[in-house]
Amino acid sequence: MVPFLACVLLLLIGLYMIVLKRNLIKVVIGFSLMEYAVNLFFALVGFKREGLAPIITQAAQPRNFVDPVPQALVLTSIVIGLSTTALMLALVMRIYEKFGTFDISEIRRLKG
Amino acid sequence: MRGLSLIVQTIARLMAGLLFLYGLYIVLHGHLTPGGGFAGGVLIAAAFILMSLAFGSVEQSERSSYVFSSVFESFGGLVFVGLALAGYLAGDFFFSNVATYFTGRPLELVSGGIIPLANIAIGIKVGAGLFAIFLALGASQFVMKE
Amino acid sequence: MVELYLLLAMMLASALVASETKDLLAAAVALGLVGFSVAIMFILVQAPDLAIVQIVVETLTVVFFAAVILRTTHSDETIGATLGRDIVLPLVTFVGFGVVVLILVPRVFSFLPKFGTPVMRMAELYIRHALEYTGAANVVAAIILDFRGYDTLGEATVLFTAVVGVLTVMRRLGRKAGGH
Repeated sequence: MVPFLACVLLLLIGLYMIVLKRNLIKVVIGFSLMEYAVNLFFALVGFKREGLAPIITQAAQPRNFVDPVPQALVLTSIVIGLSTTALMLALVMRIYEKFGTFDISEIRRLKG
Repeated sequence: MRGLSLIVQTIARLMAGLLFLYGLYIVLHGHLTPGGGFAGGVLIAAAFILMSLAFGSVEQSERSSYVFSSVFESFGGLVFVGLALAGYLAGDFFFSNVATYFTGRPLELVSGGIIPLANIAIGIKVGAGLFAIFLALGASQFVMKE
Repeated sequence: MVELYLLLAMMLASALVASETKDLLAAAVALGLVGFSVAIMFILVQAPDLAIVQIVVETLTVVFFAAVILRTTHSDETIGATLGRDIVLPLVTFVGFGVVVLILVPRVFSFLPKFGTPVMRMAELYIRHALEYTGAANVVAAIILDFRGYDTLGEATVLFTAVVGVLTVMRRLGRKAGGH
């Protein structure tokens, strides 16, 4: 159970960065950390001790694989995480061009 | 976007070819070894990003790079949906694997029906899309001058 | 499995570094370190597909962050500034939520199967019939492209939407940079 608790701790560190940090780049890093934590949790759930990677090498062999279904779910989730981070970074860069700073208190004050 | 020094340009010219070849290998053998369309596509995008960072770009080549990558990304998406529809039009359910009955033996390069073709389509789509995102974030002085 | 615990410790330590450092470029590099330790952990739990994708995606994430930081203010941020009054409500909310989660989580995780012994009810069917139904030797590729092809179609749609979104947000209507 210790690896699962470490994933929950990483999720909480990401949530801390989203809620309590005043710099927009740190907020985007927090989103990225939360996505890594969820992906790692899924992959750790599907692990079987003394299991092999799910690749069939010969047509007839006893197959003792780890669980391939969580791996299939995480595979698309990693690429979706990259596209979400890219879109957030594009928005953050536009905000910097309009206001000149990354600090959300300054932005709230300048927006008026 | 300014380019980098001569040493970086020489090494980038050598490495980009190797990166592209390795990404293509990962895409094509996606049904036999670990990897597949997503990993190979991102690696192909990394080869293009390396060339674009090392040599810089002027306005003309940037706009043509944009058009190029947009066309390829749409093409990859259309091929993927077309493969999914091919299963529907052949009389079976949507996205069924219609080609398993007349392609080669399993555990070889030509096998698995629709799966290698879908891997190639996804590789093209992901590679072109991520290259377009990098151009917009990193070198966006003249993005779409309308 | 002692390497797994060492990698988990390194991942948590670099996440803390990414949150508390003053230099933004160092925060991006620390995020890269978290991603690479996650990739090595994917290898240790016998998932080579995920490890390849995680390594290349992590490299591109750090490149995107560096592209944004180096074009704007890669100087430091306001980390030692005075804690104003609008930090009280987020702090109380976060501490309350964190305490509730950390109390309930060990009890919830005792319902999961132990680490290392999964319940492979759905995977038995996929593993037994992957080679004869699809003809592909990579079971994960057979799952994402034949047994569960809709998820891949959804992922392609999300990627397309993200590309369209980024190109729309960063569009300049005929003006050079800095001339707003």
